[in-house]
Order: sequence, then structure tokens, then C-alpha cells
Amino acid sequence: MASLNSLDYGTPARVGADSVTLEVDGVRVTVPAGTSVMRASIEAGSQVPKLCATDSLEPFGSCRLCLVEIEGRKGYPASCTTLVEPGMKVRTQSDRLATIRRGVMELYISDHPLDCLTCSANGNCELQDMAGVVGLREVRYGYEGANHLDSAKDESNPYFSFDPAKCIVCSRCVRACEEVQGTFALTIDARGFASAVSPGPAGNFMESECVSCGACVQACPTATLMEKSVIERGQAEHSLVTTCAYCGVGCSFRAEMKGNEVIRMVPNKDGKANHGHSCVKGRFAWGYATHKDRIRVPMIRKKITDPWQEVSWDEAIAYTASEFRRIQNAHGRDSIGAITSSRCTNEEVYVMQKLVRAAFGNNNVDTCARVCHSPTGYGLKSTLGESAGTQDFDSIRATDVMMVIGANPTDGHPVFASAMKRRIREGARLIVVDPRAIDMVSGPHIQADFHLQLRPGTNVAMINSLAHVVVAEGLLREDFVAARCEPQAFANWKKFVLEPRNSPEAMQAVTGVPADLVRGAARLYATGGNAAIYYGLGVTEHSQGSTMVMGIANLAMATGNIGREGVGVNPLRGQNNVQGSCDMGSFPHEFPGYRHVSDTATRTQFETDWGVALHPEPGLRIPNMFEAAIDGSFRALYVQGEDIAQSDPNTQHVTAALTALECLVVQDLFLNETAKFAHIFLPGASFLEKDGTFTNAERRISRVRKVMPPLAGMGDWEITAALARALGYPMEYADPAQIMDEIARLTPTFAGVSFDAIDRLGSIQWPCNAHAPQGTPVMHVDEFVRGKGHFVVTEYVATDERVNQRYPLILTTGRILSQYNVGAQTRRTANVAWHGEDRLEIHPHDAQDRGIGEGDWVGVASRAGETVLRAQISERMQPGVVYTTFHFPESGANVITTENSDWATNCPEYKVTAVQVSLVSHPSQWQKRFHDFSEQQQRFVEQRRPVHT
Amino acid sequence: MNVEHLVTMANQIGAFFESQGTQAEAVAGIADHLSRFWEPRMLHAIGEHVHAGGEGLHPCVAQAVRSITAAAAPR
Repeated sequence: MASLNSLDYGTPARVGADSVTLEVDGVRVTVPAGTSVMRASIEAGSQVPKLCATDSLEPFGSCRLCLVEIEGRKGYPASCTTLVEPGMKVRTQSDRLATIRRGVMELYISDHPLDCLTCSANGNCELQDMAGVVGLREVRYGYEGANHLDSAKDESNPYFSFDPAKCIVCSRCVRACEEVQGTFALTIDARGFASAVSPGPAGNFMESECVSCGACVQACPTATLMEKSVIERGQAEHSLVTTCAYCGVGCSFRAEMKGNEVIRMVPNKDGKANHGHSCVKGRFAWGYATHKDRIRVPMIRKKITDPWQEVSWDEAIAYTASEFRRIQNAHGRDSIGAITSSRCTNEEVYVMQKLVRAAFGNNNVDTCARVCHSPTGYGLKSTLGESAGTQDFDSIRATDVMMVIGANPTDGHPVFASAMKRRIREGARLIVVDPRAIDMVSGPHIQADFHLQLRPGTNVAMINSLAHVVVAEGLLREDFVAARCEPQAFANWKKFVLEPRNSPEAMQAVTGVPADLVRGAARLYATGGNAAIYYGLGVTEHSQGSTMVMGIANLAMATGNIGREGVGVNPLRGQNNVQGSCDMGSFPHEFPGYRHVSDTATRTQFETDWGVALHPEPGLRIPNMFEAAIDGSFRALYVQGEDIAQSDPNTQHVTAALTALECLVVQDLFLNETAKFAHIFLPGASFLEKDGTFTNAERRISRVRKVMPPLAGMGDWEITAALARALGYPMEYADPAQIMDEIARLTPTFAGVSFDAIDRLGSIQWPCNAHAPQGTPVMHVDEFVRGKGHFVVTEYVATDERVNQRYPLILTTGRILSQYNVGAQTRRTANVAWHGEDRLEIHPHDAQDRGIGEGDWVGVASRAGETVLRAQISERMQPGVVYTTFHFPESGANVITTENSDWATNCPEYKVTAVQVSLVSHPSQWQKRFHDFSEQQQRFVEQRRPVHT
Repeated sequence: MNVEHLVTMANQIGAFFESQGTQAEAVAGIADHLSRFWEPRMLHAIGEHVHAGGEGLHPCVAQAVRSITAAAAPR
């Protein structure tokens, strides 16, 4: 069902230099060549009836409702499949056309239930609309003959129902699944009158290949595929455009509302990151926002062995401030700090880091990017000059070769994965570098040309081998390098990668990948046309994460694959606002805009604006905070929207640090794992309650609009500002727009950004300033941000985390489509129907060696700890490598991971942990302790004393 | 701070910069990196460790730490 009040042009917009002028119903209209007559007619102001056409799909020409007359042509061509021609004269209305259209509608309605008044699509049904448009007044055929009205509903999907009785077999759902999503889960089964939409041989959606992206529901012109939320609550009455709170794609959505209640989230076809597409999380998994587990009143307690006491906001803020000041007075100014969140808006993150620098008086602020993309910041800044990806998502449309390294787009960034798959179906080539056979390696109409299935921890060896082939075989873009890069650094790098020890043949023993595959992939990347690298946490979460990012940038520069559409170096960011939280100065060594705290000119600028002296030395990173907490020099921590007790490595080390704190303040939606160790809980606001901006992986700043008031009464930025005031630092803003104005005033790359500008342009990609007032889709076009591109020698250094007899397997971790990170949001939705527990994927050989069968409980032990999961036998993994997700706290995936980290940034080495796996019959000791502690903390919440008692 | 961890981290940094050029360049690179990214109490702890003999530290790293010891005083 289409979005409320959305104008549908019937066929997609075309782009191109050539235009065509024609006449529709006497009105001249000029459109790009290749445009359909239908779209041109609608642009000219004539409404052509249609059912099988919608502007998110290529024309199909099956419903025969959009017939028109064209002067000089015989018959009645379908306007959706007829392209405009110069001088064409089109008539969209005539008596003959009206008669034909009524006849077509009569046939449709003769096999459709006449239950409009009680139908969930009533008032927003294209079939109903078209019946009115064509003036249908009678159906002569009756229901006595064969029909589909008794077809059974498929209610298997938790979010939408499929009622074949209402289906007009327009194929929009089937085409949406193919063209938009690229899953090919649906088909039209049988022929003629028996034709019916079918979700494959399983017969229902839940057991089919369907990934529940919602594209079919969006495309359906009737109530055949309908959101259950609409069926239960009725149609929305207003909508607001906002931005998804899940992954770094940052999809634009229309929140369709009834008062303050969300009825459904509909992907916004004007959204420049998603162009009207969505995934199961953004489209459907928003119910957590009003889940019963939300804590809506601030709480405090003296010790974590005490029950909670609810307090007013004034009491909570005053108590928090008094605790922070007490601890600073006793243990020094540097004894407290804070962690910002990638799930919060830019404005909320900005005021958090300002609170730390200006009110705490130190630089002890860090963010969850520490554990994901901090090496991206370091690596890209060092080589290209800016800590961000180089392209917009639409750049993929001009890509000829894509290299996906350590990323799993179909699960982690599904909407962008659909764009990638579409481009591959158009002929682009694909190289996958990953220890695991991800879905992109092979799928419907997708087949990677090369899958370099390397051993975990050997990325740098691989990138050096690829570079070796490029240099040794003369595939360099010497002209690009000579014009754009530092010559001496390039010469050093060239000499280094040419060394025989970096050849694919020499490195084969390290990476495990046959040399001929590496050579083939390198040749394809260097010579296949526009080549783009997309990478994820499989690159960054290693002891050489930063080195690998620099290696990727080296390869892109050496082959001239940077600075234009279709190419580039593109980190796929994990969370919705990872880019933004980094941009906003969340790192302990940088002010907003990635400027070092030791830079006197920058610091003076902030000191002048903020009216306070600032520190010139870096603060503690998250792992350093844990170390300092355990040694007693760090006593209080304010954590906003991050669950470090579940997400950070070596859980037992983290919880030891949290237990050592005198004051832990958690600001979150739920009593998460970290909050179980907290002394103060400040209830936060979900994305539906926020007003501000998110910045996605392509540097796109988009508005997040408050569609309902904060359930706890305060926005997150208001809480932080109140705390600053309570600490004696004046922090006054009328609204988040004022915060963004301050950000723009102090951050050169944001100089042209304001809420007004974003509202005017839809979204803005930074840098946005006097040089680029509309923003910057592609960076480094004529020169690198740092001037000349800087090649860096990337020596491969094996990780300290080695396998041995005791720990002979390598564990690597990742995400799955239906769940999101620590699962605090998605576990509280029906997405658990797809993934209700974390499992250990293990190769059949490794399983057989250990006598492990599908679904068996297995102990996974590392040097850090032990947990127990159920086994899933899978050939996705190579022998010797096991894999798990980390969405459920009781799984304890991070009980196993170690504190090994990236040399430059301390980003944890989640992707390489030496483990042993064995059959067990009971939970691990850690899991038993976890269970008891969680039960105790849950009781403390249930027994919380209310305010004023 | 846990000096053992600091030594591991510092040696990792050293391994990177030692691959970048001459020994003098490596020492300068390590010192610059530590100054830019390590909080003063970490610099102080590693400085104390070097002062006590620097067990486990690569020579380049120890030299780099010595070069910034003055800046590593606790606040």
C-alpha cells in the first residue's frame, strides 16, 4: 500500500542529457528521453489510470488500464510501456478509452471481494481509487463462476498478512522482490485464471526465501499484502519524514501516525540513501520504542546490590552532578569521563562531548566507534586526509567492479546491498574478500567472480599481495599517482610491495588463498573499469585494522580508483550515526571536525565560543577507562546509549571495571547489561522521540524528527544540558537547531549546515561550506583533502592471538539481518521469529572431529573465558574457523573475545579469537553467574520504590 | 595503569613505525603517536616503566618514550 499522500508517476524517472517534448491532452511537456508516456502524462497534469504500474518498478504492461490514444497510431497502446517521442500527441481521455477501462475494471472487480467498508486498505486502495476513476457502476459477471474469494490467508509473517482473495495478480510484489530487493522470493505460480502469487515451494512467506524487507507490501495496490499494524489499528492520519535508527545506510522513512501512535514506517521514495527501499529492521522493527521494558522515570541507588529508587528529573540531575563533583574533588579532575552514542543524534553527541570538555574539564570522552570504525578514521585521515568514506551510495550505479572486504552487506547494510545486487545484475563484477561465504558470494542472479576466502587476521597480507600484482604486472595508474600523490611515499610503498615476500605465491601460506585467485582479483580490480572498495568491520576489528584501511587506500590510489563517481573507498558504517558521532568530536583527542586538542588555534576557537579553558592533551579511550577504573584512578562514568557490558570485548574485564566505579550513570531506553552495574539511570529517548540529525555512511546529514514526545519527558540533549548547568557550566539552547548552528559555527566542514538548509535540500553530505554549498557527494575529486595522497608502507604483522593445541580454532563474529548489534532494540520486536538465539557456526569437518551435531550444546573456550552455545553446522565457514553473532547477552560472545586491539586506535580484535569447541551438557560458569546477577537486577527494577514514597 | 598492557600496545605501535623508515624516523613516529593519542597517566606509567629499565619494550619504543618523558608528568 502506497505511502499517504504520495504522488506515483507510474514508471521510474529517467536521467540523461537528451530531452523530448510532446503534447499530452493539449499540454506541452518536456521530459528526458526514455521516459514513458504515462510518466510524461502525469508530469503534464493528466492522471492516467493504472494498477500494475508504480514508479518504483520498471513498466510491465499487464493491467491494460493505462491505455491511451496517440495521434497517427492505431489502437490503444499502454502508456506505461510506450516511450515518449518528439512531437507525439497523446490523449488520455476519450469515450472509447473510458469504455475499455471500465471493461477492464469490471473484470478485476468480478473476482474481488466487495468488502471495501471493512477492508484494511479502505481509503488508500488503488483498486478502489481506479474503480472510482473509471466510473465503474456495475459488474455484470457476478460471483457464481469460478473465483479466488475463498483463498486462505497467509499470516505466517509477524508483520504483514497475505490475502490472495484480494490479489489482482498485477505482479508488483513479484517485481518489487526482484527489482528492488533482489531476493527473487516470489513468483507467479501457474497460468491463466489459476495464476497466483506464490512465495516459493514452501507455500508461505515465513518459510520462503523472503527477507521481509516490505518492498512487496509497499508495492501492493490492494490489501493483499498489508501491514498487520494497519489491519489492527486502521489507517494513519498524518506522517512525518524521519531517519531510521538502525544501520549506517540511514534510510529515510515516513512515520505514518495516528496522533502520537506510529501506525507504520514507510520508506521514503525521496530519501537519497534508500530511494524508497527498506529492510526488516527499519520497516517493521520499531515496536521496541513503546515496549513495556522502557524505563520512564529516573532512578538512583547507592550500591548495585540495592533496589532502585525512582526520583524526579530535578533530583536525578542534582544527584548526578553532586556525585561527579564529589569524585572529582576526591580523586582529581581526570577521574571521571563519558561515552557518547552512535544511536544518538549529532546534536546530542555534540553536547555530550562539550559537557566533558567544558564542564568535566578533561578530554575523557569516547564513543562506540572505538570498537568498530576508529581505524577508518585513523587510516583514511593518514592517507587521504579525511576520516570518512569517499562516495555517495548512488556512486554504485557507475561501478564496474566492486570489491567487498570484511563486510556482509545483505545482513549488515541490506538496503545498500540491494543497490549492489542490482548493479551486479546489470553486469558489474564482484570480488569478495572474506573468511566466510557470505550471501553476496553466491545468490539469485549474483555470483562473485572471485571469493578470496582468507584466514582471519591476514587482511594486510592479502592487500599487500593484491598491490604486489598491480605493481609487478604494470597495472598502476602512473599518471594519476604522479599528478595526485606524494612521490617519495609512493616510491617507498612501490618498492615495499614489489618485494617477493609480498607476492601472492609467497603469501599463500599466510592467507590460505591460492595465488592465482589473488592475481585474477587484482587484475580485475585494476583493469575492470570503475572499481570501488566497500569494507566493514572485518577490516577494522583487527590488530592491524588501521594498517589495512591504509592498505585499501593505497590500492585505490595506485589504480586511480578515487575522486570520481563509481570508484572510491567506502566504509560501511555499522550504526546509524557512527559517522556523525565521530564527526562531532567524540574521540578523546579530537574536537568536532577531527581537529586535535593540541592544536592551539582550534582550541582557542572553542575556548572563546564556550567561555572556558580547555585541555590540550588527549583523554582516555574506552579500554583505557576500564584499565584506569581497575587501577583506581578513574571513578565515574556517564554512558549514553551504549551497552559496553555486552558489546565490548572480554566481558569479565569490562564488568570488573564497571564494578570498580564509584558512580556509573547510564542513559538508555532499557535497563541494559551496563545499567545492571549502574548507580544512576536516566531514561533516554528513542529515535521517534528525538529532534535532530543523523549522518550516515556516505556523510549524508538527514533530519530526525520527533513524531511523539519523549516518553520520559526529556530529550537526551536536554538531560545533558541540565547536567552541565547543575555542574555550574551554562549550557542553554532553545532547541537542537541552535546546537547545529553552533556546530556549523565551529566546524569548517559543517559551515553551511543548518536545519533550514537540510529541510530545503532534503539532506546534505558534508563537507558543506562556501566551496560546496549543496554538499559533497564525492570527495577528493581534483585533489585530496590533505593535498597530495600519502602512500603508507603496510607491513604485515601477525596477530598475537595464535592458535595452538589448546585453542586450535579461530572464532570470528558478525551480525545477522534480523538483529541489530547488542539486540536491545530488535530482541524486543517480532524479529526474534527469525533469530531467537546466537549459534556457533562450525564447519562439518570440525564438528565431526568433535562429535558435534546440529543443535548440540557446545562449550566455546578462549584465553579470556568460556561460554556455551548451540551448534549450527555450516559450510559457510572454512575448516578451522567458527563464527557466531552477538545479539543476545546470555550468549556471552564477548566473554570469549580478548582485549587484543588495533595498534593505532585500540579498536578490539573481535574478528580473531583462538578457541576450542567441545560438546557440553550445561551452561558455563559465567552463564550461571550472569543468570543469577540478571535475575537479581531484574528484581531490583521490579521492586523499585516510586517517586514521593 | 596495567603496565604489561601498555608495553604490548607500545610495542605494537613500534612495530608499525619501525617499518616506515629509518630508526630515527621510527622513534619520532612512535613519540608523535604516543603524544597524540595516549592520555597523560598512560604516558606517565610507561615513562616510569622505562625509567625502571623498560622490560619488554622494543629499544625504539623505549627511546621514543624517553624523548617525551617530560610531557608525561601526571596532572
